[in-house]
Amino acid sequence: MAASIWVYADQVDGRPAPIALEVLTKAREMGEVDAVALGPGAAAAGPELGRHGAATVYADEGSDYREFLAEPATEALAQLVALHGPDLMLFGATNDSRDVAGRLAARLGVGVIANAVDIDAGPDGFQITVPYFGGTQLARVRGLKSPIIVLVRPKSFDASPSGGSASVKVMNLNVNPGSRRARITQRVEAASEKVSLESARVVVSGGRGMGVAENFTLLDQLADQLGGAVGASRAVVDAGWVPYSTQVGQTGQTVRPAVYIACGISGAMQHTVGMKHSKLIIAINKDADAPIMKLADLGVVGDALEILPKLIAAVAAARG
Amino acid sequence: MSGCPPGLQVRCLKLAPRNTLKIVVTVKQVPDPNVPGHLESDNTLARDGEVTLDSGDESGIEIALRIKELGEGEVVLLSMGPAGARDAIRKGLSMGADRGILITDPNLAGADALLTARALAAAVAIEQPDLVVCATESYDGSSGMVPPMLAELLGWPQLTFAKSLEIADQIARVHRQTDTGYQVVEAPMPVVVTVTAAIAEPRYASLRGIMAARNKEVKQFNLTELGVDPTGPVESIDRVELAPPRSPGEIMVENGTAADRIVALLRGAKVV
Ligand SMILES: Cc1cc2nc3c(=O)[nH]c(=O)nc-3n(C[C@H](O)[C@H](O)[C@H](O)COP(=O)(O)OP(=O)(O)OC[C@H]3O[C@@H](n4cnc5c(N)ncnc54)[C@H](O)[C@@H]3O)c2cc1C
Ligand SMILES: Nc1ncnc2c1ncn2[C@@H]1O[C@H](COP(=O)(O)O)[C@@H](O)[C@H]1O
Repeated sequence: MAASIWVYADQVDGRPAPIALEVLTKAREMGEVDAVALGPGAAAAGPELGRHGAATVYADEGSDYREFLAEPATEALAQLVALHGPDLMLFGATNDSRDVAGRLAARLGVGVIANAVDIDAGPDGFQITVPYFGGTQLARVRGLKSPIIVLVRPKSFDASPSGGSASVKVMNLNVNPGSRRARITQRVEAASEKVSLESARVVVSGGRGMGVAENFTLLDQLADQLGGAVGASRAVVDAGWVPYSTQVGQTGQTVRPAVYIACGISGAMQHTVGMKHSKLIIAINKDADAPIMKLADLGVVGDALEILPKLIAAVAAARG
Repeated sequence: MSGCPPGLQVRCLKLAPRNTLKIVVTVKQVPDPNVPGHLESDNTLARDGEVTLDSGDESGIEIALRIKELGEGEVVLLSMGPAGARDAIRKGLSMGADRGILITDPNLAGADALLTARALAAAVAIEQPDLVVCATESYDGSSGMVPPMLAELLGWPQLTFAKSLEIADQIARVHRQTDTGYQVVEAPMPVVVTVTAAIAEPRYASLRGIMAARNKEVKQFNLTELGVDPTGPVESIDRVELAPPRSPGEIMVENGTAADRIVALLRGAKVV
């Protein structure tokens, strides 16, 4: 019998999170795939999840899932697991899903394999690839208890539609009101960036080597010229130079642009896990031995503050 | 207590109303980020290199101390690890925390997140704090799974990815980081809160703090004393291999031509 794989699909108002579609695309190669979508819009997300490989979408439109962190979703999933007993449960590594996966695993008494970048289905079960030490080593991990819960890193797989269609089962699960505790009372959106970091074709990133916050205007200018977005290392986000929404890396965004330009970034592994799969990597760094130079297709040893104005002028000239 | 999931090993606790806050901060000793790490032959993380208190947990200690300094309270550091993890606790005590608890047991070597959370939960159940503060993820585990597991085992709510934290009338309120901004989230105490580095710049220990820390109590427990059964592993590592290396790139020292070289590459990538 084919393995039963579930994908927990984050969705907002009927739009599935990109990572849900990425994970479904991978999952459908490996067995029978169903998806679980919770919160207002869950049912409307069904068809898109079906197009990416879900056979059945279990949807509950309850508003608690949107208003309260983690606990209502954990309850719902625990109930569904008890009914259907999937072998493998895949979660995208978003903040919301991480909270839910951890709680659910503790409730079921199983582990969570986090940071997964690949999954293989073999005759003796699933083997999950997890990078260690900034991706220099890859461990092949196996879950020993069912269901195996896996958190998949964003952009590990490319989403593509299969043309399938899902049967959407709309449910009204009886979620314990005691799980309504961590209440979201307000949602604040940062001033929306011109181009979203996640989908930008060019990302121009800066780190501590940019010297002071004001120098980020150089990165803004270059990004504008190239129709790209500005990214940053955690060092400068923590220093308050730029908002968290620009952070690239383990605890920030994972990007995979056509071009990634790293200016004054050393290339700590927590940064590079978020950008190493960019198609072309250009680094500007004073230090020829900075780790980022080993990752770069072109490493320029020099002062970013001197090179950037010249680069901005050269791009302007090239565009005519 | 309502909302307490059935069948958990750890009792759900009801707090007596109290004017002073008791905060437990979980702290982990991790390999020094400045020294490259490796896996042992049995595929557990090597613990023989330089170790240090996880910088993420320093942020947790800092916010706990600031909350305590607003009124009255106690900050207790809780760590699970080998005997040497006492040093990590000491470092936090020298920042100003009041006392420490170390859970150490041979059966915990190579413990996964769930067993770690079960051990921590048992100690938290003894302490009965109002608040447990954890870092969002540890430097070496990096799964961020211990805090939500801990919250679930305790039967408490969790407030995660907090870049600010305030307490009022037995309610904890955080600004929770999201990809595009933040959410204001609140929950009744007791609660588990995970904090990001943005929450507070950790203080340096003063000389006086370091001296005072020597006399602060660090209690030690093993699993039997905590009533925790070590369970078998929940996952196993089949093998570890080197990732395929990226083909080496071109390195140039800026001599006035870097901008043109970059533009040529940008053209090739069709972004100019
Ligand atoms: C659990 C955990 C999670 C983390 N998550 C992330 C994450 O998501 N993202 C992230 O980025 N980091 C993350 N970090 C932090 C990470 O380890 C590094 O500390 C951080 O990435 C360093 O930022 P940086 O490269 O800007 O600064 P530094 O490491 O200080 O590097 C500055 C670089 O600039 C160069 N430089 C200086 N002046 C110039 C100049 N004028 N021109 C050109 N180059 C110059 C220097 O040679 C140096 O290489 C995390 C850490 C931990 C422990
Ligand atoms: N062995 C441990 N002892 C104490 N706290 C821990 C331990 N492991 C994890 N934690 C806490 O949980 C946070 C997240 O860890 P992790 O789930 O390993 O990413 C850490 O930053 C600590 O605050």
